[in-house]
Amino acid sequence: MALLLISPFVAIYGLIFIYPTIKMFMISFTDAPLIGAGDWVGTENYERLGRDRRFNTSLWNTFYFVVLTVVPGTLVALAIALGVSRLNGRLQALVLALFFLPYILPVSVVYRLWDWTLNFQFGIAMHLFDLIGMDRVPVFKVTGWFMPAVAFVTIWWTAGFSILLFLAGLRSIPAEIYEAASLDNSGRLSTFRNITWPLIWPVTALVLTIQLILQMKIFDQVYLFSTGGRANDNLVLVYYVFQRAFQNNQGGRAAAVAVVLFMIVIIISVLNFQLTRLSGNRSK
Amino acid sequence: MSPVTAKRLNVLGLLITLATVLIAVLWAFPLYWGVISSLKPENETVRPYIELWPETLTFSHYTFALTQTQIGAWYINSLATALGVTVLTVGSSLFCGYAISQLQFPFRRALWWLILASFMVPTQTLIINHFELIASMKLLNSWAGIILPQLIHPVVIIIFKQFFDSVPKEFREAAAMDNASEWRILTRVYIPMNWGVITALSIVTFIWAWNAFLWPFLAVTKTEMMTITVGITQVSDAFGVYYARQLSAAVLAGLPVALAYLVFQRHVTQAITLSAGIKG
Repeated sequence: MALLLISPFVAIYGLIFIYPTIKMFMISFTDAPLIGAGDWVGTENYERLGRDRRFNTSLWNTFYFVVLTVVPGTLVALAIALGVSRLNGRLQALVLALFFLPYILPVSVVYRLWDWTLNFQFGIAMHLFDLIGMDRVPVFKVTGWFMPAVAFVTIWWTAGFSILLFLAGLRSIPAEIYEAASLDNSGRLSTFRNITWPLIWPVTALVLTIQLILQMKIFDQVYLFSTGGRANDNLVLVYYVFQRAFQNNQGGRAAAVAVVLFMIVIIISVLNFQLTRLSGNRSK
Repeated sequence: MSPVTAKRLNVLGLLITLATVLIAVLWAFPLYWGVISSLKPENETVRPYIELWPETLTFSHYTFALTQTQIGAWYINSLATALGVTVLTVGSSLFCGYAISQLQFPFRRALWWLILASFMVPTQTLIINHFELIASMKLLNSWAGIILPQLIHPVVIIIFKQFFDSVPKEFREAAAMDNASEWRILTRVYIPMNWGVITALSIVTFIWAWNAFLWPFLAVTKTEMMTITVGITQVSDAFGVYYARQLSAAVLAGLPVALAYLVFQRHVTQAITLSAGIKG
């Protein structure tokens, strides 16, 4: 009976998870095209990465994107969650829904909305540029603006998720602690520093980790906003895997890039797991 | 606390509340703006000044999208593949999670560790080999081909196992006394007791699958087989550089998930906090 119950899951997992993972490592040592076998080339695909301009761009852009989104996005979400947690009843539900709604939408819709809002000629956001006396910028067509603009849109899109986690964390702080603090005449800032921040820290660490791993794997927004722009300047790791495999038909070389990203994400996850275990032991 | 400081704090508190509401409205403004722009005639969308309400309200872009483009086919593709992903993911995870939680079988611990480990694996890195696999199965440009690689959601099985673990053992023993089969225990005790979390996970799995972009984008080259998230961005000649037209298609693509969220708000937030490892 047990075997019958696990068999669908195990079959699916073997076929679309275990097998492709092993295969990815294997073809990264060959010169295979996207479909079909190739010859063994040893570590050549990996050695090439060091001299590969597009790889360097995509590695650098991925880290840049992580820097632009992870900590700023988490802080924005925490600030919003603190504001939302003060509200009650229907107003809180409504305000939370307004912040959360973008997160539920497909990336294509987010792309269309912001492509329109930030449209160089007709975008409503460009009135803000006019207002502060700045020249309008086609933000998704100019290299220096691209990553910050995509990071901004990404924070707008995904903050709802982090806000939700922070709210769950804030709700679990007992009200008595705040009552005690107000009896002590403790000010708003010192209450935050001495009570809220340390008690919410585990959730903050969780949000930071989830965001870090999520943003390492960025592709969709960067790809969509790059249409008609300078794709080669905007490469991120997954985008580069896609480009090598699907546009240059070099499955082996693409797999080497995929393995690098795979290892980075695994190492971050393991490190994070060990860190949380260490800090968990310390606090006990 | 002196009355003066109390009053000052209340003013500050009121200001923070007002600021929160104001930011929430600004936050949602691009959504409003997208919908409103899609209800304007094209020549009104490109006016050099801001009009928060259309001078002429028109649904013509929606009738155009629904009748002159393949959006109907894309809707059906999205619906079918999202339902397929949901049923297969939730079903297989439910059974397997139950077995790992309640039954004994060889390599049970190994399987559990494998699932926990797979939680860390970035599935985006598997696209090359997914493509080769699906191509060799002759499933490119088909619903099955879109569905299959999207079935890796370890978080679903992890949550199911946790919920089954927390069902008190007495229920199991009582059912076993009545000589109930394992299948009966699962379908009559464990599933009904966890109906809430099953519904919640089904709804978010559906939303994830509806919103999926990267894999459906790779698996489909024929426009009539595209899902709506891929179709509205990849078939530009269907909409041209008509902003309102493009936006109406985007509204149509986002509407089902936005409605699903608004109707099942509680379930969605529960499943999403659970998926982050917080018991909500």
